[in-house]
Amino acid sequence: MSKPRTIVEKIWDAHVVRQDPGAPALLYIDVHLIHEVTSPQAFDGLRQRGLKVRRPDRTLAVADHNVPTTNRDLPIADPVSARQVEQLERNCAEFGIVCHSLSSDCQGIVHVVGPELGLTQPGITLVCGDSHTATHGAFGALAFGIGTSEVMNVLASQCLLQNKPKTYQVVVNGRLKKGVTAKDVILALIARIGTGGGTGCVFEFGGPAIRALSMDERMTVCNMSIEGGARAGLIAPDDTTFQYVHGRPYAPKGKDWDEALARWKQLPTDEGAAYDRSVTLDASSLEPMVTFGTSPGMGIPVGAPVPDPSAAKDAVERESLIKALRYMDLRPGKPLLGHPVQVVFVGSCTNGRMQDLRDAASILKGRKVHPGIRMLVVPGSQAVKRQAEAEGLDRIFREAGAEWRESGCSMCLAMNGDQLQPGEYSVSTSNRNFEGRQGPGGRTFLASPLTAAATAVNGVLSDVRTLL
Amino acid sequence: MKKFTTLKSRMVPLPVDNIDTDQIIPARFLKTISKDGLGAQLFHDWRYDASGAPRPDFVLNQHWAAQCQVLLAGDNFGCGSSREHAPWALTQYGFRAIISTSFADIFRQNSLKNSLLPVIVPPEIHKELLALVAQQPEAEVVIDLASQKLGLPDGREVEFPVDPFARQCLMEGVDELGYILIQQEDIAAYEAKNPGWINTLTP
Repeated sequence: MSKPRTIVEKIWDAHVVRQDPGAPALLYIDVHLIHEVTSPQAFDGLRQRGLKVRRPDRTLAVADHNVPTTNRDLPIADPVSARQVEQLERNCAEFGIVCHSLSSDCQGIVHVVGPELGLTQPGITLVCGDSHTATHGAFGALAFGIGTSEVMNVLASQCLLQNKPKTYQVVVNGRLKKGVTAKDVILALIARIGTGGGTGCVFEFGGPAIRALSMDERMTVCNMSIEGGARAGLIAPDDTTFQYVHGRPYAPKGKDWDEALARWKQLPTDEGAAYDRSVTLDASSLEPMVTFGTSPGMGIPVGAPVPDPSAAKDAVERESLIKALRYMDLRPGKPLLGHPVQVVFVGSCTNGRMQDLRDAASILKGRKVHPGIRMLVVPGSQAVKRQAEAEGLDRIFREAGAEWRESGCSMCLAMNGDQLQPGEYSVSTSNRNFEGRQGPGGRTFLASPLTAAATAVNGVLSDVRTLL
Repeated sequence: MKKFTTLKSRMVPLPVDNIDTDQIIPARFLKTISKDGLGAQLFHDWRYDASGAPRPDFVLNQHWAAQCQVLLAGDNFGCGSSREHAPWALTQYGFRAIISTSFADIFRQNSLKNSLLPVIVPPEIHKELLALVAQQPEAEVVIDLASQKLGLPDGREVEFPVDPFARQCLMEGVDELGYILIQQEDIAAYEAKNPGWINTLTP
């Protein structure tokens, strides 16, 4: 009998084109997603070497980072952003790649678009020049972010040189309490293992609490794997996965579907397979989480006090905490609950899908956004936007006083003009609270869509459970 | 790619853990469609205030920093976004190596492809180096890629890990794509065996 394997090993083994001694494996890439920010220099590299794109039929482009979320019928106001988006369109036209730019019905954040088109499928390898590519792991795909040199390599060869990653099992037992979401699970994990905890590894999330999650929620968990240091994170496919993929535009059809399904069912980790590392969380003990600092690992339960740097394990960690609290202008030992906030952002590849908008709308329904708060709701894609509008969520947001926007990365990284002013605090459903991430001098509290909506209502950082 | 063999240099200390790529090069500078001109924006928001004036207390604004080719940074350096603009900005500023206790995966991969050497040292050596630059800012270290050794000013040598394939590429100054393209036959054979059903051109 062959040695029991993890899902990561099964996908890896099925994609090794060649393995020379002393060299990394040549790994075949099934799907390559590209966007405007990390691809222009890769296309330049192809032109300089006189190379073609090997598999335009396995490549898909989306404009997302730079796109405005208002006035989409007008040209992009920022000429530098406009040029980058135009360059993506030109490169795709030149190399024969389908590109969903501003005017496409399929436009959206690349990690929202791939799954909703059915391109993201169990067992595939998928890469993109973006660290949140791990999102696609929710389908049992091996998906990871790459740099621009690697984007060029994949365009030219459909392959990457990779060393086999270690496996890191994350088991989440029990059941989530009311008001606690997928976002809180991943924030709690990162707070526990640190932002470098998963370096060199791929997370495999499992356990009853993960199995109970919808695909939208699973994507939230996998999305932030990189914030735990892991280049990829995945969840073995099950009926929830298959139901989501079935019938989507790029999903296999007819006989192909039956064959695919039979193959996908072989993917889950074999009984007795060994992981390099392992951690277990108890879902029932988790609280809504919020970050207080400038690294996603600086997360605490919403009711907890701000940690004291004097309790740090060494001098550099202490200095890093002091630096973070100074940037955030927070005092150790003080509660975060009740802290004033000026902006609430619901969106991003972490929390810009239907379930996230439904969560936020459930809190805002019949309530008003506090007069001191500016709230942006940015759907992850045009398809999410249409669906939300069909369900009347846009009306709930507008009537509450929130801004209902067009799809894109928006205030997650503030490349498109949606940004914080210096000194402002946001509660954001995005993935990074780095200094200046949402605009120079801006301060970010990361949290779930539920916590974000509760904060929007109260005008201060809030525990959503008081509004349920 | 520029060759990397040996390097002797002073160090710029930046003892902060989890320095992310948004600090190395903020997102608003990623709208460029070329690789050039990023050195001036390196650590932009730590280096300059809101009016664009240099912050006098930031280490890269010390007059001696420009002569240093080695950055001595805190743990998990380069975490966050996959932007290769981070190593582009670091190398354009003049850095050739970064010493830390650990590096984020994607940043480390990107650096190796740009002749920027990530040097991982044990925590106690890292502490010693920080203490050393605090007392003797002019102290130099020697990095020898062939032997994978970091030479300290007192003569001791510390071994550091480098993927053998990446080391070969760095020492010869060649990138990976040449090696990948030699294997086109294998790639074609793999494709013939695994046709798959995904075609992005026709949903």
